[in-house]
Amino acid sequence: MTQPSIITDEMRAYIGRESEPIVVEVDKTSCRMFARAVGYTDPLFYDEEEAKRRGYRSIPAPPGFLGHPVYNPARPQRLDYLPPFQTPFTRILNGGTDIEYYEDICAGDVLTVTRKLVDMQERQGRLGPMLITVTEFTYKRGDQVVARFRGTLIQY
Amino acid sequence: MADQKVYFEDVQEGQEVPSLTMYCDSQRLVMWAAASGDFYQIHYDKDFAQSTGLPDRIVHGALKHALLGRMLHEWIAPLGRVKRLAVQYRGMDMVNQNVVCKGVVTKKYQKDGENIVELEVWTETPEGQRTTPGSAVVTLPSRGS
Repeated sequence: MTQPSIITDEMRAYIGRESEPIVVEVDKTSCRMFARAVGYTDPLFYDEEEAKRRGYRSIPAPPGFLGHPVYNPARPQRLDYLPPFQTPFTRILNGGTDIEYYEDICAGDVLTVTRKLVDMQERQGRLGPMLITVTEFTYKRGDQVVARFRGTLIQY
Repeated sequence: MADQKVYFEDVQEGQEVPSLTMYCDSQRLVMWAAASGDFYQIHYDKDFAQSTGLPDRIVHGALKHALLGRMLHEWIAPLGRVKRLAVQYRGMDMVNQNVVCKGVVTKKYQKDGENIVELEVWTETPEGQRTTPGSAVVTLPSRGS
C-alpha cells in the first residue's frame, strides 16, 4: 500500500520564497561564550587587543557562530529551521549544517538575515515517515553577503 | 601571537589533521545550549529525551559542527581561515562520551590568489562509528609571502 504524500502543493509553494530580513547582532560576550562552550583556548576569541593585533576588527565569531537575533518581546523574531507551515510531526532532529564564509564576521557586526526554503523531501525512515527540509539563511553586512548557512531539518 | 604551524607548501593530500577529542557531559551541553540559543530539551533533560523515545540526552549536532571548526582553527591558526564547513548528522552521540573529531586533506590548489585546502572531516564515537561525516575548505598562508 502506498502512503499518500505528506507534501502538499501549499507546502511546495514555499520553496524559493525569501523571508523578510531579521537582524542579528554579534557581540564580544556572545563570541566568548560560544568559544568557551566549544573549548577554545586561543586568546583570539577572548581578548580584543589580541584580535586587533592579528588583523581583525574585534573578536571574531568562532566557526559556527553567526550572531543572535535581537530579542524584543514586543516584536518576537525567531531564526529557526522550522518550515513556515504546519506538519503532522511533533519530533525534530538536526540533519546537517553547511556554512560558507565570504568575509570575517566580528564582534560589533550587525547583520541582516533572510531565510529561504530550498528543498523538501519525504522518506520512510527507521523512525517512520520523515519530512526533510533544507533552509538557506543568507547573512549580509550592509549589501555584502558575509556568510551562507544551509540547515537540514528532519521532522518525524 | 602563536606561530604559524602549517603552511600551504607543507600540506599533502591524504595528510591527517591533528584530531580533537571533547568529552560531552551535561555541563558541556548546557554551555552549548546557552551559547547557541538551542534550548531543545532532548539535549539536557533526560526525562524529556526519553519521552521522545531516545535512550538518553544526545549531543547537539551543531556542537559537533563547531568542534570540527575548532579542530580546523587550531590546525591553521593564526593565519589560515575556515571558508566552508558542511556536515551531516547521521548518527547520535550520547551524553557523557567523547566526541572525536578527525580530518584528512583531499585536495590542494591555488585559486584567485588564495591557497585552498579541501578536507574530509568527521566526528566519531569512542567505538569508532562515524556519526558526523562532512567536508571543509580552508585557506592557508604560503611560506613565500
